[in-house]
Amino acid sequence: MSLLPFFVWCEASPAGSAIRSSPWAFAVIESVHLLGLAAIGGAVLFVDLRLLGFGLRRQPVASLARDVQPWLVGSLAVMVTTGVALFLSEAVKCYYSTPFWMKMTSLLLATVFTFTVRRRVAMADDASARPLRQKLVALVSLVLWFGVGASGRWIGFSG
Amino acid sequence: MSLAHLCEWLAATRGSIALHESLYAYPLVESVHVLTLCMFVGLAAILDLRLLGLTLRRVAVSEVATRLLPWMVVGFLVMMTTGALLFYAIPVRSFHNVFFRLKMIMLLAAGVNAWVFHARVYRRVFEWDRDPIAPKAARVGGVLSLILWAVIIVSGRMIAYNWFDCDKPQAAFVVWAAGCDGYRR
Repeated sequence: MSLLPFFVWCEASPAGSAIRSSPWAFAVIESVHLLGLAAIGGAVLFVDLRLLGFGLRRQPVASLARDVQPWLVGSLAVMVTTGVALFLSEAVKCYYSTPFWMKMTSLLLATVFTFTVRRRVAMADDASARPLRQKLVALVSLVLWFGVGASGRWIGFSG
Repeated sequence: MSLAHLCEWLAATRGSIALHESLYAYPLVESVHVLTLCMFVGLAAILDLRLLGLTLRRVAVSEVATRLLPWMVVGFLVMMTTGALLFYAIPVRSFHNVFFRLKMIMLLAAGVNAWVFHARVYRRVFEWDRDPIAPKAARVGGVLSLILWAVIIVSGRMIAYNWFDCDKPQAAFVVWAAGCDGYRR
């Protein structure tokens, strides 16, 4: 079964049409998407740097991870909301865009990884922490989130 | 030589034309510029939020600042380098773009804000290092930093749109703000 009819329906939706017909809506929504990028990037990088042994390394990982968790979740919510709006306005273009599917794949992997494996490793108390595993988890997280950002940026470059 | 002339001269250089017309180099530089936001603005925002008492309240401000600073510096240098390259690729249009001009002014303001924070407020950090919420002067610096960088990000994104470009009729205010009188393609 092809997903194309669903994408066509998305693009024809009232929200999609409204954003497409406005001269500035896309630009404004995308700006908020970018602000969210800075926030989520900071929150991810902050904990991953610590897992790698950089950044605030005198602080326990778990307490740092817990402190930035609301900012991570909050900025992810902003990203997803604005991202869905951007998608609705050009769903059919996205359907035929390889970077879009790469982004969705890495987004799914990054989100699942962040809220399962990475969360468990970051929340472990320092006594049971294993440095090698922490570094590996941080690297996987950075690669996955970088994939989301890079392929996301590339959606705009590909016709 | 005026700035407008300098931009015209720059636009005629081989490197500028090559970067402008490149298939991959320009988008790559642009992607690095955008993604480095995470490293520079993202980490700076964590420090700002710490000043406001909105995160890491049990960690000393000086520890957050000193441990994150090297990463912010690296991020800032990458932002400046890639940003300069993006300008180099499209100098004349950028120079006569209202959003580009707004962005440069806000960058200057963000620089002044950071300097005031470091020279005045942060010098006495030992007095309030462990306060969950920093004193008012530091909080003002943090809020200003968050607002200025948000405006810089948004105006930076808007440079891509040609709504107010000089090559079409514009309102008097835009003609003035973008310096359209001195605009030559």
